[in-house]
Amino acid sequence: MNVIKKILPVLSILLAIAVQIGLKNSNLHPQTKPYFTYVLLGILIIYSILFILTFFHKGLDEKISYKAYFIAGAVLFFNILNLVTAKLAILPVLYFPALDRVFGVMVEQREVLVKCVLYSTRLLGYGVLFGALVGIATGICIGFSKTFSYWVSPVIRVLGPIPSTAWIPLVLISFPTAVSASAFLIGLSVWFPTTIMTSSGISNVQNSYFEVASTLGARRFYQVFKVGIPAAMPNMFLGLFNGICSSFVTLVTAEMIGAKYGIGWYINWQKEMLSYANVYAGLIIIALFFSVIVTLLFRVRDKVLIWQKGVIKW
Amino acid sequence: MVGQISIDNAVKKFTSVDGEEIVALNGINLDIRPGEFISLIGPSGCGKSTLLRLIAGLDFPNSGVLTLDGKQIKKPDCERGFMFQNHTLLPWLNIYDNIAFGLKARKIYKEKKNEVDEYIELVGLKGFEKSYPHQLSGGMCQRASLARALVGHPKVLLLDEPLGALDAFTRMNIQDEILRIREEHNMTMIMVTHDVDEAIYLSDRVVVMSARPAKIEKIVDIELPRPRARSNPEFLRYRAEVLKMLNYGGEIREVEYYL
Ligand SMILES: Nc1ncnc2c1ncn2[C@@H]1O[C@H](COP(=O)(O)OP(=O)(O)OP(=O)(O)O)[C@@H](O)[C@H]1O
Ligand SMILES: [Mg+2]
Repeated sequence: MNVIKKILPVLSILLAIAVQIGLKNSNLHPQTKPYFTYVLLGILIIYSILFILTFFHKGLDEKISYKAYFIAGAVLFFNILNLVTAKLAILPVLYFPALDRVFGVMVEQREVLVKCVLYSTRLLGYGVLFGALVGIATGICIGFSKTFSYWVSPVIRVLGPIPSTAWIPLVLISFPTAVSASAFLIGLSVWFPTTIMTSSGISNVQNSYFEVASTLGARRFYQVFKVGIPAAMPNMFLGLFNGICSSFVTLVTAEMIGAKYGIGWYINWQKEMLSYANVYAGLIIIALFFSVIVTLLFRVRDKVLIWQKGVIKW
Repeated sequence: MVGQISIDNAVKKFTSVDGEEIVALNGINLDIRPGEFISLIGPSGCGKSTLLRLIAGLDFPNSGVLTLDGKQIKKPDCERGFMFQNHTLLPWLNIYDNIAFGLKARKIYKEKKNEVDEYIELVGLKGFEKSYPHQLSGGMCQRASLARALVGHPKVLLLDEPLGALDAFTRMNIQDEILRIREEHNMTMIMVTHDVDEAIYLSDRVVVMSARPAKIEKIVDIELPRPRARSNPEFLRYRAEVLKMLNYGGEIREVEYYL
């Protein structure tokens, strides 16, 4: 039973390859190099190796068995997508390019794309770091200081929902370089959710934790760092997660300002040229990039929050 | 004079959710000698925890004055240790760090490191130092919480049903340990309990409180030599006396006590 389940992805991949090779492209989608076939073959090889390894490694076996349906389903989805675009051209040709072309872009423009990823990484790095640090600090101050909260909370409520595009003119004249301006926009989008989640996390800490700390002789400062912050940690991670999500959303906007390279810039540019194959290639790269970052964040979180009972897994 | 508490006409009122005034403590007067062991006993909801919180400085009376060694109690302090009714271990610290928390906060951990281990052993949690609170049973958490309160050697230790979740044998062992530590460090102890035997076994005086609004119904001096034998006829006489007071102490009759 388990083995059949694990073979499903293989069948799904083979089916996709059969469709890809067996059916001719529609006239509206001139045949390019069959990159989608290569991708499928690549997946097939990797999966087959993993499949063999599952017989020797129990942990891997559980993981693969668990993911088997999903892998099979995902491949089936792309198979159908391939069918309704390249093979049958049911969907509008301009907006739904053949998968061969989308993957082709990734291979043929790899130099530009790698450069774009590096530029975006730098921008995100500055922005997220800056936004997260300031956000956590602001959140802690709001959580612990009534005066700070009195003056700053209303400001946050006004600033928070303003879309990042609206800031562009202001940011452009306030910052010396395009990079710093864009990093600021990204930082701002990270700052908002991080602040909100951190401060609400702190104000939701059970009062009895502070009480017990004070009867044990902990002074205010010690309580902030040894009770308030660790107790609010789960919320801080939620805030960071939300912040990183919005940083990726903002990336496309932020790279509208005088960027030389960058995934957001690339997508903007290709969209204007109506080359949707390139736009999709860019989006896939962003998605992969994002999931790597988020996976890293969760790794860190699971380490830090090991004390939590039944942590919610994303 | 260390650990002398006096409570002078303490009144504590709360406002309930629907705006009604709840009188939790209605004029409590009590003088506690240094090094004395006091038990508070009374029906559930009568205000025992509230009284402990006032002594700890976590809440303040609406009127009346509480003093420790002549100084008015204005804020919580490590000289008045508190073991809460539910264990309130910090979930992000393992058992060892929970127990060492107060020592670290007061920056005396380095000198007193070995005491942490000593108290862990004493409450029978050796081997669980690295566990987190959610991995332990209720009774184990309670013992950890007791160790945390004891290890700082406060002048006054306030114990809110400290042994409620323990089995009878562990309970008796820990009672003896508590007495030993009290002797050794000359602590004043005030303990809330529902267990009449425990109150008589441990206390110099048992304070019986009435149902809300709480007043002190009666104070029973336990004049038994220590160490006490639980089956001594005198012991049983005290027990009958306190029980009688609880059952016929007020209008409320149907209060559950486990013996
Ligand atoms: N923060 C509060 N707000 C409103 N009412 C409160 C508050 N704290 C306590 N009370 C009320 O005061 C009364 C006394 O509470 P307390 O916790 O002192 O009882 P207790 O004697 O410790 O009871 P138990 O034996 O069940 O622990 C209760 O009726 C409770 O409803
Ligand atoms: Mg209570």
